[in-house]
Amino acid sequence: MTDLFSTIIGSSVARRVGVPQPTRLRRYDPGAPLCEAPVLVAGGGRFADGIAGWLDGLGITTIRAFDPQAPEPDGSHGADGSGRSDDDDTAARLGAVVLDLSEARDPGDLDALRVIGAPALRSLARNARVVVVGTDPSTLTEVSHVATQRALEGAVRSIGKELRHGATANLVLAHRDSSDGVRSAAEFLLSGRSAYVDGQVIRVDDRAGANPDAVRPLAGKVAVVTGAARGIGAEIARVMARDGATVVAVDVPTAGDSLAAVANEIRGTALQVDVTAAEAGRRIVDHALSRHGAIDIVVHNAGITRDKLLVNIDESRWGSVMAVNLRSILQLNEAILERGAMPDDGRIVCVASIAGIAGNRGQTNYGASKAGVIGVVDALSTQLRPRRITVNAVAPGFIETDMTARIPFATREFGRRMNSLQQGGTPRDVAETIAWLAQPGAAAVTGQVVRVCGQSLLGA
Amino acid sequence: MAAPASPRAAARDTRRVAVLGGNRIPFARANGPYALASNQDMLTAAVDGLVARFGLAGERVGEVVAGAVLKHSADFNLTRETVLGSRLHPTTPAYDVQQACGTGLEAAILVANKIALGQIDSGIAGGVDSASDAPIAVSEGLRQGLLAANRAKSTAQRLKALASIRPTQLIPAIPQNVEPRTGLSMGEHMAQTAAQWGITREAQDELAAASHQHLAAAYERGFFDDLVTAYLGVSKDTTLRPDTSTEKLAALKPVFGKGEGATMTAGNSTPLTDGASAVLLGTEEWAAEHHLTPLAWFVDAETAAVDYVHGDEGMLMAPAYAVPRLLARNGLSLQDFDFYEIHEAFAATVLTTLAAWEDPDFCRGRLGVDEPLGSIDRTRLNVNGSSLAAGHPFAATGGRILASLAKQLSEAGGGRGLISICAAGGQGVVAILEA
Repeated sequence: MTDLFSTIIGSSVARRVGVPQPTRLRRYDPGAPLCEAPVLVAGGGRFADGIAGWLDGLGITTIRAFDPQAPEPDGSHGADGSGRSDDDDTAARLGAVVLDLSEARDPGDLDALRVIGAPALRSLARNARVVVVGTDPSTLTEVSHVATQRALEGAVRSIGKELRHGATANLVLAHRDSSDGVRSAAEFLLSGRSAYVDGQVIRVDDRAGANPDAVRPLAGKVAVVTGAARGIGAEIARVMARDGATVVAVDVPTAGDSLAAVANEIRGTALQVDVTAAEAGRRIVDHALSRHGAIDIVVHNAGITRDKLLVNIDESRWGSVMAVNLRSILQLNEAILERGAMPDDGRIVCVASIAGIAGNRGQTNYGASKAGVIGVVDALSTQLRPRRITVNAVAPGFIETDMTARIPFATREFGRRMNSLQQGGTPRDVAETIAWLAQPGAAAVTGQVVRVCGQSLLGA
Repeated sequence: MAAPASPRAAARDTRRVAVLGGNRIPFARANGPYALASNQDMLTAAVDGLVARFGLAGERVGEVVAGAVLKHSADFNLTRETVLGSRLHPTTPAYDVQQACGTGLEAAILVANKIALGQIDSGIAGGVDSASDAPIAVSEGLRQGLLAANRAKSTAQRLKALASIRPTQLIPAIPQNVEPRTGLSMGEHMAQTAAQWGITREAQDELAAASHQHLAAAYERGFFDDLVTAYLGVSKDTTLRPDTSTEKLAALKPVFGKGEGATMTAGNSTPLTDGASAVLLGTEEWAAEHHLTPLAWFVDAETAAVDYVHGDEGMLMAPAYAVPRLLARNGLSLQDFDFYEIHEAFAATVLTTLAAWEDPDFCRGRLGVDEPLGSIDRTRLNVNGSSLAAGHPFAATGGRILASLAKQLSEAGGGRGLISICAAGGQGVVAILEA
């Protein structure tokens, strides 16, 4: 979203005087290679060989040991943020580093981060990825083992803050030696889908799952998306449809015209219903079952803000936010599950918010509702584990939408720049993360809250 | 020697026609929110909303039939142009019809008949009207002068033709809401009929108040959630006044009729309105292929016309004639219906029609039936409101009524419904639905 301030900040004059410039992030393009430059797969953990083999199979050059002495045009680049020119030869650089430290059991093993990481990080291409693979500490018992694995989290979050030029760092915590979840998370994190996901920890469990179709991972699936008429919801609907899903686009009747436009654009169906209505669950399930046979995926995106300081808030501002953002999710889930509308292996994805993690002044109602959503994920993911239905949430940070465009200037600029990527995310970034969580291949990811916030300083 | 008849020519079995659903934009008072929207804009919005509701984007349906009453000459192919601008597949054929306020229902009859005959498997019937974006024509004198100038072979002839144009002929012809053969407005015609039948002001205001209350209640219970799609920031019919009452309506001054006996006000007459509607019809097989559940079956239809010019029949009385013919053909009595949708052009239209069916002299003398058709259970009449509350964009009314009645029958778990729509030119279009 361009405004006068962004124009000035991004101008050549500002660039010359050293104002930090956000990098244009690499975003997913169906069918394009996962990474544009070679990937270093190192660390000696139990997943490294599998990941390297998988990447080789995709036709991506993998390097198993990085030699910092290898020819490189100009050694001054990398994580230090020093001036990188636009005509960098990315071929000589690393597109990503996958550092498998899942076998690290002693604090001394963490030295690999420095020994392997430092030279590699200096040679990262623009929009590169650092993916560290660890072992979920909750599967370990020895104190030193847990401490060592837990240390990775602090390291990765710090690396995320150190990286520049659109590069991100994330941690995948594996469950024993189950590799499907690690591969699914690594694929997401290496790809442009995760452009605005930075400094995150994603736990995967031992469920097996694979995408039958790489370009259309959601082929044959029916997805219900609430709040689909505009903004993030419309983008979720588009991305799900692009990935092969048949989308039921749901929104309130007053948004009917934009809802119809979205549904027609993606050849889905429009269902006008207020998700807070008593009949909403029944109508959504009826529609999905009669038209499409099942609900494989539901994305609870419908949400509103009614901001006021708690001391000034009235009943309607409080009640409407709770009704739309939280209670409607409980009701719709109940309606879907009660009637057996969601087959085993279904996917439930909620849209939470960093306000639900960090809180926000003037958003007690909103923050409460979005934290409640995280509670839904916690409880329901456990409950539905036997049916292999995953329940996850994304927590968007500052996303460029009509809603954030209305935030007062100073607050908006603060929100936009106070993250490791020094820019706001796009609705597409949120949608891509949701579409990944909905994939058959992401069967091992449940109970997770993935922040799409560019590693925002808020709630970090 | 004639060629042997093809198997189909010998005997054609007709097929059941399902009403699968509908969509309209909210109706809006003329010169209001849709003042700058054209007929094509509004009809496209109605069709696209229908396409979205039923997942028809990129599909070819059998045919789209629609029309407008107030129509620009440039819109000679309004419906086909609408299809080309919609999300339907561009290979979907379309044509226009025009039968005054009967246009929308007549379009549905045409689609239904082709489906019944096996010529198409699905179709969309619609209608649209803008009283705001009305055509304005040049005067007849100016038009003749310009055409003569166009025919002229020499400059002198051309100048002569142009010189024949008088300054007064430069005043454009503003469209008027009058009957060409009588010069009377529809309201004036209705006022004469209402006076003949002794329709009281109170009865008209009661009917109008009920219309508003029923429409408001229908919106309240979400009845229109899958019948209406918001347009240009409007999500409910703008003429709807949920808080109106017979007391408030009684305060209005009469606008049609003369003197003491005038009973027709702006409250119990429909306002000029902009809007569009579309209805999806199809065979059972087509519905099943598209995973759609029929709301109701389109059973039969009838049109009638009365001679209000030379004879003494009221201009809006044609449905009173059409209905008994339809009932006789289907072996039904007027009381065999669970719901009645009688278009409220004016409250008095509905009331005179009902009074006529109760009147033994009228039924014997005019309709030629021995027994009067009798009265109807008024609690079954226009249960979700009608044109007095929703407004009446002429050609769009048929689609509004058809979709609403089909949904009502489906919600009720079955039943039979009667639609009756009066039209300018002394015509009437009526139909039966069953679920």
